[in-house]
Amino acid sequence: MRGLDELIAAAPTFAGLSQDQLRLIAACAVNERFPAGAMLFREGEAAEHFFLIREGMVALEVQAPGRRLVIETLQRGEVVGWSWLFEPYRWQFDARAREATAAVVFDGACLRAKCEADHELGYQLMRRFAAAMTQRLQATRLQLLDVYGHGRPG
Amino acid sequence: MGAAAELTRPRPGPMVPASFTVTGKRQETADTWTLELEPRDGARLEFAPGQFTMLSAFGAGEVPISISGDPGGGPLVHTVRAVGLATAAICAAKPGEALGVRGPFGRPWPLEELEGADVLVVAGGIGLAPLRPAILALLAGQERYGRLRLLYGGRAPDQLLYTAELEEWSARGMEVAVTVDSAGPEWLGHVGVVPRLVHRARFDPDSAGALLCGPEVMMRFTVSALAQAGLTSERVRASMERNMQCGTAHCGHCQLGPTLVCRDGPVYAWSELERWLAVREL
Repeated sequence: MRGLDELIAAAPTFAGLSQDQLRLIAACAVNERFPAGAMLFREGEAAEHFFLIREGMVALEVQAPGRRLVIETLQRGEVVGWSWLFEPYRWQFDARAREATAAVVFDGACLRAKCEADHELGYQLMRRFAAAMTQRLQATRLQLLDVYGHGRPG
Repeated sequence: MGAAAELTRPRPGPMVPASFTVTGKRQETADTWTLELEPRDGARLEFAPGQFTMLSAFGAGEVPISISGDPGGGPLVHTVRAVGLATAAICAAKPGEALGVRGPFGRPWPLEELEGADVLVVAGGIGLAPLRPAILALLAGQERYGRLRLLYGGRAPDQLLYTAELEEWSARGMEVAVTVDSAGPEWLGHVGVVPRLVHRARFDPDSAGALLCGPEVMMRFTVSALAQAGLTSERVRASMERNMQCGTAHCGHCQLGPTLVCRDGPVYAWSELERWLAVREL
């Protein structure tokens, strides 16, 4: 089985980090498995971790009165969660394993402390999370446009 | 006149609709139907994947509709979404009734140019319909291509087209990824927009080609995702929709920059289009 730093290095979000940086990050991480249907986190709970999906699929969900909506699904190689980065460190959505899922789970407080101590590491991580957030923001904007809703009359 | 002479009789000119009979009909979604048509004069309408016809419901109107059938044989197939008077009348046609067909028209998908390369087929909503003939042709000759991938997005699970065929295409060797913009927990597939599937797809960016059809905004975002993955706009082909009326490059209603979509399209290299798509109101 590959070491955690190798697993992390293979994820697009962490591409290009140095071996030393990968080792620092890996020291804050553990492997974990979630059976289908298990919750990774729930809205309102303290955001103490984030997740790099190794296998499986995770759904971000929101509870509305009488129904549950899936906002987005995430899969292998993608990162789940960035509320651990910003105060008040609370999850905004639910995350549920849609199928049996293996993930690298990172301790947010551990990583924040390392980023405070090593600003270069903090900058590199922030750049990568900002890129992932931008990509998701663009996707959300496209989702909001509801582009399939209107055909050309004829 | 003998039967053989009947079969080889030339069709009337491109402005005269030929009469076709509705021989099959299947409801795809709440407002979208797939119709199978056979020519009343017996001569099969030969076409290349990506071409369209001008389809008419007599007395209601005529609209450009991409051909969705198998270029290798079988009936003329059109998948039509009822969004106006003419398309509603076409969707309402019952088996045995007649529809008018002119064409085929337009420039097809350049499938020969993709031989040896990975092919990414990216469809949004009813944009899968013009790509279906290309998918069937790619699968029929898949030994000539690299990896075949379909990335298909729709508004919601109940608005996806050809759902039974998606599984069949997957079983025949095409990697199929489907996503919807929104869904409840009963949907077990992906939720998110099509460009997100591009970020997840693996292909050789140096040689791959992409075929796109869907809402223009979706295609712009998809091309951006493809560019991030290393695929240049010369190797992205897109099928465009404009106000085609004559189909024969005479009326000018479908002008897009210096081109006429009915003649120079509907399939373009994205590099031919991007300059004009940046012009507002064009």
